[in-house]
Amino acid sequence: MLTHFLRLALLTLSLLLPMQTVHSQDTVDIPAGIAAMGEASLRELGDIVTSLAGTGDPAVVPVLTALGDGNLYVDETSGTVVIQRGSTHLDPLTGEEITLGADADLSRIRVNNGLRRDIDAALAGMTLMSDNPGTRLTAANGFLANPDPANIPLLDEAIAVETDANVLKAMQAARAVTVLGDAEQSLEDRQAAVPVVASGAGRNAITILNAARADAPEELAASIAAAISGLEQERAVWGALQNVWFGVSLGSVLLLAAIGLAITFGVMGVINMAHGEMVMLGAYTTFIVQLVIRQNFPGLLDYSLLIALPCAFLVTGAIGVGIERGIIRWLYGRPLETLLATWGLSLILQQTVRSIFGPTNQMVIAPTWMSGSTEFLGLSITYNRFWIVIFALVVFALLLLILNRTPLGLQMRAVTQNRRMASAMGIRTPFVDAMTFGLGSGIAGLAGVALTQIDNISPNLGQNYIIDSFMVVVFGGVGNLWGTLVGALSLGIANKFLEPYAGAVLGKILILVLIILFIQRRPRGLFALKGRAVEQ
Amino acid sequence: MNIRSAQRALLAATLAGSVSLSAFPAVAQDETIKVGILHSLSGTMAISETTLKDTMLFLIEQQNAKGGVLGKQLEPVVVDIASDWPLAAELARQLIEVDQVDAVFGCWTSVCRKSVLPVFEELNSLLFYPVQYEGEESQRNVFYTGASPNQQAIPAVDYLMSEDGGSVERWVLAGTDYVYPQTTNKILEQYLLDNGVAAEDIMINYTPFGHSDWQTIVSDIKAFGSEGKKTAVVSTINGDANVPFYRELGNQGVAAEDIPVVAFSVGEEELSGFDTTPLVGHLAAWNYFMSVETPENEEFIAAWQDFIGSEDRVTNDPMEAHLIGFNLWVAAVEKAGTTDADAVIDAIVGLETPNLTGGIAKMLPNHHVTKPVLIGEIQDDGQFFVVWETDDVVPGDAWSDFLPESAMLEADWTAPINCGNYNTETKTCGGTAAAQ
Repeated sequence: MLTHFLRLALLTLSLLLPMQTVHSQDTVDIPAGIAAMGEASLRELGDIVTSLAGTGDPAVVPVLTALGDGNLYVDETSGTVVIQRGSTHLDPLTGEEITLGADADLSRIRVNNGLRRDIDAALAGMTLMSDNPGTRLTAANGFLANPDPANIPLLDEAIAVETDANVLKAMQAARAVTVLGDAEQSLEDRQAAVPVVASGAGRNAITILNAARADAPEELAASIAAAISGLEQERAVWGALQNVWFGVSLGSVLLLAAIGLAITFGVMGVINMAHGEMVMLGAYTTFIVQLVIRQNFPGLLDYSLLIALPCAFLVTGAIGVGIERGIIRWLYGRPLETLLATWGLSLILQQTVRSIFGPTNQMVIAPTWMSGSTEFLGLSITYNRFWIVIFALVVFALLLLILNRTPLGLQMRAVTQNRRMASAMGIRTPFVDAMTFGLGSGIAGLAGVALTQIDNISPNLGQNYIIDSFMVVVFGGVGNLWGTLVGALSLGIANKFLEPYAGAVLGKILILVLIILFIQRRPRGLFALKGRAVEQ
Repeated sequence: MNIRSAQRALLAATLAGSVSLSAFPAVAQDETIKVGILHSLSGTMAISETTLKDTMLFLIEQQNAKGGVLGKQLEPVVVDIASDWPLAAELARQLIEVDQVDAVFGCWTSVCRKSVLPVFEELNSLLFYPVQYEGEESQRNVFYTGASPNQQAIPAVDYLMSEDGGSVERWVLAGTDYVYPQTTNKILEQYLLDNGVAAEDIMINYTPFGHSDWQTIVSDIKAFGSEGKKTAVVSTINGDANVPFYRELGNQGVAAEDIPVVAFSVGEEELSGFDTTPLVGHLAAWNYFMSVETPENEEFIAAWQDFIGSEDRVTNDPMEAHLIGFNLWVAAVEKAGTTDADAVIDAIVGLETPNLTGGIAKMLPNHHVTKPVLIGEIQDDGQFFVVWETDDVVPGDAWSDFLPESAMLEADWTAPINCGNYNTETKTCGGTAAAQ
């Protein structure tokens, strides 16, 4: 215990000496504060952060940033506080690399939400003048989130020298928010701040204005109310568009899940209950591909999904060919038996995966280009959904191309329209059957790759999509790819417009009822096939 | 090791067919005490329940190594209820009547428990139920070793209302559409209203099982949280729907500092399915976390990982509940000197066993146990950092004091009351039926 204190004291001294020359005017002992972080309780940690931030010394920025990001560690054996960066350890004040003893026992200094908020607020003040525009923007947004009248002079100073338009806008918004909330400011200044807040504070503008309205004098409250109602009207319009986007994005997921089925069920007429399991196998292939990449080629991690695409297509396609050759070809023309056989197969596949990988979810890390969201005009668009919409459309276009522009597609259509005639023309119908089923299964595998980004990778993954897939194909019109596209998108959008009013549970029921009614009126779906092929 | 792998192979063989099997068929029948394990090893709930089956096998193996119970070895009888609740009732009957088990450890969902209850009552056997649940129930043959609402939901809300938790004033109660979330949210809503929260500051939202498209709901939550008051989400979302929910939260940029989500059904096991970096700071309320540093816990984790053969396997709250239930049952059987259900029911009330967080779990007359309440923040390694805990253990309350229809009800399975829903006002027993 004694040695522990001695070491701590020595460390404190050694850190203090070089610092003293620069910051001798500070009453707060920064190195001692940092050293104390190692043993502090959450409450004490809060006090230390406040006092460190109070020094205004730029030297505490790295240590506070590290604390907020969870990169600050303490060595339990020596009591040394270090910043961990990759595999190296840095001194929290000097930023120099430290070599820890062999018996070092690092444990993270943990923070909670409240403390993280305080740290962000404190850092905002200290990084507003940084050279990096990104850091300045973060700082300005920090001020926006934690307005404090004491910061107005600082913001004025920063606005005067700011050159980057985006950062300037954020700073002005932050200043306006602060002025608006400060009862000491003149009424004119606060009035003037209202439109700046309304235009500059983004999605939080209504929040801020509402908060300000609560204790504003009457005149001000009126203009705030006007600004809010303006914003709300604007938001109602964007809200509808946002709903359309949500619908398109849900529709694209449905499209991906259903499009393979549109081939096996729509074109070939096989009721394939194991379709969902092909999606699931595609997702597990992605998991394995990412696992291999993470272990052997960590540099390619961001591209693991792209690499998984052909793998998933080949794996599930091959399994599809195997299923067609092994089971389905014996059952052509016997839909009930096919249904039972493929359903049994789906249970076998599920349980096999469960026995191999275990029942728990597996993890596929989202690549950086698929994480987060962006503001596009007034819409908030998440990247993973955006790429899935694009991907679904690309897959759809490719499939159309294959069916309509390649010899294989021509043979597929020929075989499904008139098997005997096609056979008489010299087409190897068993081969075409296997290829068609393989293509449908392979596309289901591609859907599985995309679904790793929004759903669980568990043995049950496929079950969640099989009903929806059949719904889309039947609704769109069996045997017509365009029907599947229109069916998926319209179901997605209808679902998203019902959901806010009816709730997710009732919304889903309503959709099913609507489909039943629709099928009663038009048994062949939206885009019914016409001509002799229908008669079969 | 050989026996264990053979046992596992046998178990695997039963997975598909829901056939019961004796794991130690070589031991003569009258020399063992049989313990039934009634969990889903396939279907939607397999994700959570398979681990509990392994936990029970682990506990039984440990107990056998210590010499068994009453000088006899314990023999596990595993059945797979395949996430099919009518099947659960049938298998429970089979365990008790055909396999002659003396106690059953099992079920995860409330609907499973509700469907097997009549069987246990009719055949007078014992069920140890290890999962946090909605309360409003107490049955003579069932021991609730998970949390009741006053041991999880209410303290979690109290924490969020406190200054440490962010002084939350506006609440989203989001849940999966079935009995546990519905009842819990009913209790929470009443509790919030009693605490002066305005009705328009509470938003209740239900979603189907396995819901995967959270875009609208998350954006609604964002909008609801942008009205100027500190907002939190209380999530009773169960099972598979959690991963897409948290992904959407992360992608739409709902940070824990702005709108924290406190979950009652998300533990270490569920988090092992995804990258938790975007979720750091979101909360969960449980009675046990793997990260709690006590000698008991470290010993338990080491022994468990050794049994399961993997350093990566996590432990979670329902596993601790099974441990507590199992130890209490063993103690009660030793005390009673028999495995007879009536004798064990009489003997078990008042027994104590240490829990893994340094406290004592005591079986109460209402067949619930005392538990500490811990609130943890999710860390980027999938573990929880405890930010708040109760000073002492909290006794489980079968009937919520916050619902007018159950405030006057008490459960007490000791003489002279001996009733699961005793009305303290009319001094009458409402009957033995446990359903509301």
